[in-house]
Amino acid sequence: MRVMVFVHATEESEKGDYAGHADEFEAMGKYNEELVKAGVILAGEGLEPSSHGKRVDFAVDGTGSRVIDGPFAEAKEVVGGFWIWQVSSMEEAVQWLRRAPFRGQQVELRRIVEPADFEGQLPPEIIENEARLRAQAESPAEG
Amino acid sequence: MSKQAAAQRTVEAVWRIESARLIAALARVTGDVGLAEDLAQDALVAALEQWPDGGVPDNPAAWLTAVARRRYVDTVRRAVTFERKAAELDVQTRLDTKTEDPMDEIEFDPHVTDDVLKLIFTACHPVLSRDGRVALTLKLVGGLSTEQVARAFLVPTPTMAARITRAKKALADAHVGFEVPVGPELANRLGSVLEVVYLIFNEGYAATSGESWYQAELCDEAMRLGRMLSALAPEEPEAHGLVALMEIQASRIPARIGPDGAPVTLLEQNRVRWNRMLITHGFAALAKARAAARDRSAGQPGPYSLQAELAACHARAATAADTDWRRIVGLYETLGGLNPSPVIELNRAVAVAMADSVNGPAQALAIVDSVADDPALRGYHLLPAVRGDLLARLGRADQARREFERAAALTANDSERAHLLRRAAAANAE
Repeated sequence: MRVMVFVHATEESEKGDYAGHADEFEAMGKYNEELVKAGVILAGEGLEPSSHGKRVDFAVDGTGSRVIDGPFAEAKEVVGGFWIWQVSSMEEAVQWLRRAPFRGQQVELRRIVEPADFEGQLPPEIIENEARLRAQAESPAEG
Repeated sequence: MSKQAAAQRTVEAVWRIESARLIAALARVTGDVGLAEDLAQDALVAALEQWPDGGVPDNPAAWLTAVARRRYVDTVRRAVTFERKAAELDVQTRLDTKTEDPMDEIEFDPHVTDDVLKLIFTACHPVLSRDGRVALTLKLVGGLSTEQVARAFLVPTPTMAARITRAKKALADAHVGFEVPVGPELANRLGSVLEVVYLIFNEGYAATSGESWYQAELCDEAMRLGRMLSALAPEEPEAHGLVALMEIQASRIPARIGPDGAPVTLLEQNRVRWNRMLITHGFAALAKARAAARDRSAGQPGPYSLQAELAACHARAATAADTDWRRIVGLYETLGGLNPSPVIELNRAVAVAMADSVNGPAQALAIVDSVADDPALRGYHLLPAVRGDLLARLGRADQARREFERAAALTANDSERAHLLRRAAAANAE
C-alpha cells in the first residue's frame, strides 16, 4: 500500500530561512537516505512558505471562485512538505515516521486510495473517467 | 483490537524495518548469517513477550540490537568456558582465549548499509538452490516470517522452514564469506541477486489473477528489494534496469484482469487503468540505468535494462495502435543477440508482424518456423497460438484453425483456451 505523509509547516518553516537550519537539513537528509535505502520512498518534496502560495475558494452554490493570496494564518494547517511511501501496513508507516528527526510538530499519515477502493461504490464509468484524466495529467514526457 | 494484538502488529512492523540491518550487523560480527538470524529471532521473541506489557521502546532498533548482543555474548561465554575447561585438562594446549567483550564490536548504525548489501549477496549466493535463495532473501532481507514466505509460495510452513534451514546450513558448509564480491566475481554474483529479485517478482506477477493476496504482495516486496539494491549499488546499471522493468510491468496489474475475471492480453488492456505513478517511477529508474551505463561506458545495455526499454515502449503508447513496433523489433534483436532464446525469437516475430501489416506477417512466419522445432518450445501453447495468428492474417484459414486448436489443447488456462477456440471457429468461418 501507499501512504502520503503530510508534514505540517511550523512558524520557523513559514519564514523560509533555510540557512539557519543546516543541522536539521542534515538530519533530514540522513533520514531520507535511510528511507531510500530501504526501498520505501516513492516521492517526496518540501514546499515553499505559504507566503508564496495561493488558495482558491469555491462558492458553495458552484457559482464561482475567488483567489486568496498567502501567507495563511495557522502554520499548523499549512502543509510544508510531503512524502509518498510504499509500505506493507499503516503500522509500518507509523514506525518509519517515529524515526524521523522532527521536533515540535505534527506529521500526518494517510493511506492513498487505490482504484480498487472505489469499485462497487461508484459507477464504473466514473472510475474509468477518473483514471483517464489521471493518465493524461501524469503522462510522462520522456521514457 | 486488543492490546496484545496491537503490540504484536507493532513488533511485526518494527521487525520489517529493522530485521535486515540487525541480521546484517550481527552477521558482520559473527561471520555466520545463520547464527546472526538465530540471534535476531531471539530478540524478536523477546520483543513479542515484553512489548505488549512494557510498551514499545523509544528506540526499538537499539532495544532489539541490545537483546541480540546479550544472546551472542552468552553464546560466546559458554564457548569460552568450554574451551577453558578443555584447556585445564591439557595445560600445554592452554588456549589464548578471546576475552575482550565482543559486544563492543556490534554497533547499531542505521547509516551503515554496506552490511545489508553483504546480506543480500550472501542470501543470493550461487551455492544455494534457486528456491533456497528466494526463501532466504525474503526471510533475511525482506523481514518476512517463515509462515508468510510459505503462504506466498503455497507450501506448508514446515516445508518452508526446512528449506530455510537447509539453505543456512549450505552457506555454513560452503564457508561463504560475509562480503560484497569484488572484481570479476561481482558481475556473476550480481546476476544471481538480480535473478532472485526478479523470480520473486514473477512469482507474484503470475499470481495477480488474485488467488492469493500473499502472492500479489510479492510484487511489492520484489520492487522494494530492487529499490534497496539500486540505492545500495547505484553504480550498477542493471539494478536500476530491473527496478524499471518491475515497476513498468507492475503498472499493468490493475488492467490484467477483466471484469469477468479473465486475463486480458497486453494489447487488449484498458491502458487508462495502468498505474501512472509506477510508470513515472519506472521511467525515472530507466533513466538512471542509462546514466549508470554511460558512467561506466558499458557499451550495451544489459538484459534487464533492455526488457525495461521494451516495457517502456508499451507504457509510452497511449493506445495499442500507437506502439512503436519498429523500436520493439530492434530491442528484441539486441536482446536475442545478448541472450539467444527461442522465446525471444517468438516475441520478435510478433513485433515484426505488428510493425509492417503488409510484409510483416510473412516475415514473422519465417522467424517462427525457424524456431518451431526448438525443444525449448515443445508443448508451449504460444508457439501454435502465434503461428495461428500469422496464418490467419495471411489468409491461410484452414492451417490457422489447426494451429489455434493445437494451442487450445496445450494451454492450462481455461479462459485462454476459450479464447483460442473462438479464434479457431472464426478462422473456420472465413
